[in-house]
Amino acid sequence: MSYYPYFVAGWLLLVGAFGIVRSRNLVHAVVSLSVSQSGTYVLLLTIGYQRHATAPVFGSTSKPNLKVVDPVVQALTLTDIVVSATVTALLLALAIQIGKRHGTVDPDQLSALEG
Amino acid sequence: MNRNARYLLFFAGGALVAVLFAWAALGMPSFGSTFHPYRDLAVPAAVAHGTANVVSAINFDQRAFDTLGEETIFFGSVIGAAALLRPSKEEREQTSGHGHAKQVMASTRFAGYVLLPLTLVVGFDVVAHGHLTPGGGFQGGVVLATGVHLVYVAGSYDALERVRSVHVYEYAEVVGALGYLGLGFAGLAIAGSYLANVIPYSGFGQLVSAGNVEVLNFAVGIEVSAGVVVMLAHFLEQAIVLRGGAEA
Repeated sequence: MSYYPYFVAGWLLLVGAFGIVRSRNLVHAVVSLSVSQSGTYVLLLTIGYQRHATAPVFGSTSKPNLKVVDPVVQALTLTDIVVSATVTALLLALAIQIGKRHGTVDPDQLSALEG
Repeated sequence: MNRNARYLLFFAGGALVAVLFAWAALGMPSFGSTFHPYRDLAVPAAVAHGTANVVSAINFDQRAFDTLGEETIFFGSVIGAAALLRPSKEEREQTSGHGHAKQVMASTRFAGYVLLPLTLVVGFDVVAHGHLTPGGGFQGGVVLATGVHLVYVAGSYDALERVRSVHVYEYAEVVGALGYLGLGFAGLAIAGSYLANVIPYSGFGQLVSAGNVEVLNFAVGIEVSAGVVVMLAHFLEQAIVLRGGAEA
């Protein structure tokens, strides 16, 4: 019985969240969010892993068989990565706008709400 | 909220999440076990549809409708980034002085121009063989977009502007997205359900074998490569071309 990779995933989630909490720069916060999200990749791939199984890609040398790692979670991980990339792009664009409008990207100095 | 209170709140919440997560993880099947019910259903379904790369079969055949959503998220974020990064009134275009050509080392320039065609071919290969080998439209599209930007790394921003006119890529992105939607409607018209397969399967492991999967891969490849180019164009414009807003 082995659960170690599950805990790596949980640790990445929490350490990324901690990075956001203690962030003094919005770009740092966006990168921390990416670290947090990478915990979900580890979790998904952990669920799909099987010892001594091959990749779920067949060809002339690897005839279709069931001794492969779970392709469903791998497909979900791809979706996850695409969503993560788009979220990162949008957040960085927002950080640029905030930097322009307020002259700072330190979240602690961005306290005033603007209508 | 001051920092100490924020840390306190985080550690309380984080500890709770850690406990719940550990509890859930200990109830999961052991790491590396042979219990994979989804795998046991997905692999035969992919093989029955002549797709050698099961991950592609899941993304573009079994979960094709979800991938349409994923693709729409990508499309929306490109539009969102473009809207957020449009130049403000105070900013003006800097007409000269962004030629960083002088500072590029000859070796960097050489490596860039060697890698440019290579990267484009690899990107195209990853898209075209998405149903056979690891890869597909999303991955290949990003490789293609990266290849285009080698012109900037090896040459200059002006050289990049000459080879990529953003308008062309904006239209290409729409063409890719509409291609995916359109093939879905073809499935509705011919086979009776949205995104049902309309292209015959043939010869497992052949270049032309996987029915819809290949065409959808190409549609996504066009959309992603064009979308990434458009998105990076807006970010680069912020960093290189525009002056005035931040410093004013």
